[in-house]
Amino acid sequence: MPVVESVTCPVCGTFCDDIELVIENNRIIEAKNACAMGAAKFLNYSDHRIKTPLIRKNGELVEATMDEAIEKAAQILVDAHYPILYGWSNTCCEAQRVGVALAEEVGGVMDNTATVCHGPSIMGVQDAGIPGATLGQLRHRADLIVYWASNPWDAHPRHAERYSMFSEGRFEKSTWTQYLSRLRGDMSKKKIQRASNLVLKHDFCFDYCKEQNEGLPCTMYQNKRRTIVVDVRRTRTADSADCFIQVEPGKDYELLQALRVLVNDGELDVDEVAGVPKDTIEELADVLVNCKMGVIFFGLGLTMSKGKHRNIDAAINLTRDLNGRTKFLIMPMRGHYNVTGANIVTTWQTGYPFGVDLSNGYPRYNPGETTANDILRRGEADAMLVIASDPVAHFPKSSSQSIAKIPLISIDPEVTPTTMLADVILPPSFAGIETEGTAYRMDHVPLPLKKVVEPPKGFISDQEILRRILQKVKELKKREMD
Amino acid sequence: MTELIIKNGFVYDPLNQIDGEKMDICIRDGKIVKSVKDTADSIDASGKIVFPGGVDIHSHIAGGEVDTARLLRPEDHYKDVESKTSLTRSGVGFSIPSTFTTGYRYSKMGYTTVMNPSMAPLTARHTHEELSDTPMLDTATYPLLGDWWFSLEHIRDGLLKENAAHIAWMLKATKGYAIKVVNPGGLEAWGFGHNVHGLDDQVPNFGITPREIIRGLVKVNTMLNLPHSIHLHTNNLGQPGNYMTALETMKSVEDLAIENKPIMHVTHIQFCAFKGEDWKGFCSGAEEISNYVNNHNHVTLDVGQVVFSSTTTMTADGPFQYGLYHLTGNKWANHDVETETSGGIVPFRYKRSSAVHATQWSIGLEISLLIKDPYKILMTTDHPNGGPFTAYPEVMTWLISKSARDKMLAKINKRARKKSLLNTIDRELSLYELAIVTRAGQAKALGLKQKGHLGIGADADVAIFNINPEINDPAKEFEASKAAFRQTAYTIKGGEIVAKEGEIVKSIFGKTYWVDAKTSMPLQVNDDIKRKFKEYWTIEFDNYPLREGFLHSPSPVNVKAVI
Repeated sequence: MPVVESVTCPVCGTFCDDIELVIENNRIIEAKNACAMGAAKFLNYSDHRIKTPLIRKNGELVEATMDEAIEKAAQILVDAHYPILYGWSNTCCEAQRVGVALAEEVGGVMDNTATVCHGPSIMGVQDAGIPGATLGQLRHRADLIVYWASNPWDAHPRHAERYSMFSEGRFEKSTWTQYLSRLRGDMSKKKIQRASNLVLKHDFCFDYCKEQNEGLPCTMYQNKRRTIVVDVRRTRTADSADCFIQVEPGKDYELLQALRVLVNDGELDVDEVAGVPKDTIEELADVLVNCKMGVIFFGLGLTMSKGKHRNIDAAINLTRDLNGRTKFLIMPMRGHYNVTGANIVTTWQTGYPFGVDLSNGYPRYNPGETTANDILRRGEADAMLVIASDPVAHFPKSSSQSIAKIPLISIDPEVTPTTMLADVILPPSFAGIETEGTAYRMDHVPLPLKKVVEPPKGFISDQEILRRILQKVKELKKREMD
Repeated sequence: MTELIIKNGFVYDPLNQIDGEKMDICIRDGKIVKSVKDTADSIDASGKIVFPGGVDIHSHIAGGEVDTARLLRPEDHYKDVESKTSLTRSGVGFSIPSTFTTGYRYSKMGYTTVMNPSMAPLTARHTHEELSDTPMLDTATYPLLGDWWFSLEHIRDGLLKENAAHIAWMLKATKGYAIKVVNPGGLEAWGFGHNVHGLDDQVPNFGITPREIIRGLVKVNTMLNLPHSIHLHTNNLGQPGNYMTALETMKSVEDLAIENKPIMHVTHIQFCAFKGEDWKGFCSGAEEISNYVNNHNHVTLDVGQVVFSSTTTMTADGPFQYGLYHLTGNKWANHDVETETSGGIVPFRYKRSSAVHATQWSIGLEISLLIKDPYKILMTTDHPNGGPFTAYPEVMTWLISKSARDKMLAKINKRARKKSLLNTIDRELSLYELAIVTRAGQAKALGLKQKGHLGIGADADVAIFNINPEINDPAKEFEASKAAFRQTAYTIKGGEIVAKEGEIVKSIFGKTYWVDAKTSMPLQVNDDIKRKFKEYWTIEFDNYPLREGFLHSPSPVNVKAVI
């Protein structure tokens, strides 16, 4: 049975490229090295796919040919004055490039999932810059890793083993064995706790958050890779770290700024910030400043809590200030495997990364005005094309109610809440499994998406569907003018 | 079979020693030919000058660094927009235009070939994706190899043939054109936040010096017989007193010079010609640099001319860019690339009133005019570091017109004006020399044999300008010259008229050149190599090279290596 090696995984921003797939009769039967999410996609992607294009007629979705569906989609876009073309993060750059051309041709708004995810990170970067790097720099050199408001154990399962504390670099070694020792220690503690609860007949609890009150663990001062997790609750990632700092919800900004004060040789004149005692913050600042090379990986806990892009601004400024004392970098943990690509492609073609309004014939960017949710909630969009995304499941209810009122085109291989509202559904072949292409990892490294199996007969790629819609749009517009 | 004849223009074709001769240029199927049939399409170029299409040896237009800068600076774009037309895509400027706008704007000025000078090999796909969305131009890009771990280790261990095989592989894998070196040793040091400050500093963790890196790569370049020399951004860029580093760098390879072509191209020399102990005592090292280059033939330079404008600095010189952040307080983006290079972006504004900026402006022009052989000092602004490429017409008038220079000189900082050598320089480049510094010399330095000239067999890339040397004095009437250089009467690319009087009349996409250096012992890709790649990078070996068919219009330049 053929084994395809070096396959890139089309799921999350970790974008692992060492997956090995075992193929039998044009089916993937085994996915080696993949995490649970990757394996689920490679093994089950075809189980619930939509089998033909569909068009809603008299309230019911009925089967149609690809040509009919494309004609209907093109007509919807041509008739619209202010359509939104949204999604883009789960498909390849080749499709995204056609997407911008289509949005420009129909005078619509080109927006992608960053608008509800790391859009604030991008806005923070636009204000403050960003000291960044590719993931390999961190694997080789970082002796201090901070996951702030991010839980890779759930969302980016192989991140730590490929790029951070459990990875092996030229200058820094993996801390996998230390983690296993700690795990054994934790399990012993749990057994003792359980035993003593039974014997002593009262609750005996180890204080998990001793770092808050008793200072950072001594491993934080050892000469090897160390990991800190800052989060509002103790996650599995926190369990695997050397040190966990619990921050009060909505107070990350204060904690980041407090650290900045200390890094810049100031003093804190309060006893605690964001639920963390001043002494602990001072120790934390010392650890940050004294590392050889550190990195902050951050997630939606910062982008989607109170402060949004201001939180990112603070985190970037902290990192930047740390560069006056040591080497420090920062990286957003991008979710979808090609949301980075969506931002990059949109930026090189229009100058702006998301929320690009092309309705005046030239690119305009004003988050809050030209971003999908804001347009929908003002009821200003009169059509929508959704590709490689499921906004109806994830947007605020008021946005989805707005989507329900307008003609909706969905380019999606599977049934989702978005497709259930759609007027036209165009199921494509799966990028990265049935079609090749290009996608960008969270650190902006572009890698090839592979084709490992043939799509079902008649299924074409996202980029081909979009090309045909664009061509049809041009034909229809010409017909109208004549 | 499309034929075109350009009639009666004043032709400037320095590589074929044609200096303003009134003659016809004949084109068939995208090439310059001896003659065409009477039925050929014709352009009446009487009263106009005819230049080969412009060639730009160093302009940051595509790739990770450029796109991060575009994203970083929405404020750079807001006031400079291009609307969609039936032929052209919409876009934005100003100092980091979107890709379509980049192509259209270059074409309107008569440029037909642009080289993207900096590509992190790991992100080569990105550079090539953007180049393929840059219309109107033939392009190429240079991979950054000066701090590549393989280069550092091979050179340290004296394994130059190994390094040559690796670099030949790398040029093919990333579809690159030349060996780019930036602050050699400094970028690796920046991985831990350090830098190097002299040619004989030790690069931490690698036991090698910048001098050894430079010499090693010059030797490898000669072994591989590459069409361009190594393309070098020196150590200590942007530091007062660094003209000494530039001199030392050029001297460091004198003994490696070969007969027929230069072995080192020092890029944006203006940023490396600073004299003085600090910013207060800052002055021009142009005279020393020019004297050296006038007496040596193993180097070529490009200027990196400063223009008084707001712009964006972006280089692979991570530590330098960090320093610039401290100097300006502007937002700073950094991007270190594993195993290979670094990079930084900082917005910047050059002001007439600043003694330092005004001196920088003067330095660029001093070098351009004091170096006697125009083939040695090519015109660039290191777009966008010294200024946007849309400022080229203004720079061109400063080169050809003392009055134009004097006009600006009168407006700059008083101290800079007093010290400027421009007070004593009367030289004005002729149109012939201008054609050298903007096309002929650029193509020659690059080894692009079919570019930069209008001889038989050349690519039919032509720029026709509304300047009549019989009636107008381009130096005296420099404002009219500037307007003429801003938009061609005609831009012809591959034999087709693509721009006319400032409008794009045909949207086309060009080719991407890359060098296929055939060695007698190419890199054997065995399990050892694959394992090493996996140790060095976070990606699999198989996913590193660009797959065949990734480039839309690749144009390999085949060379036979000496080894």
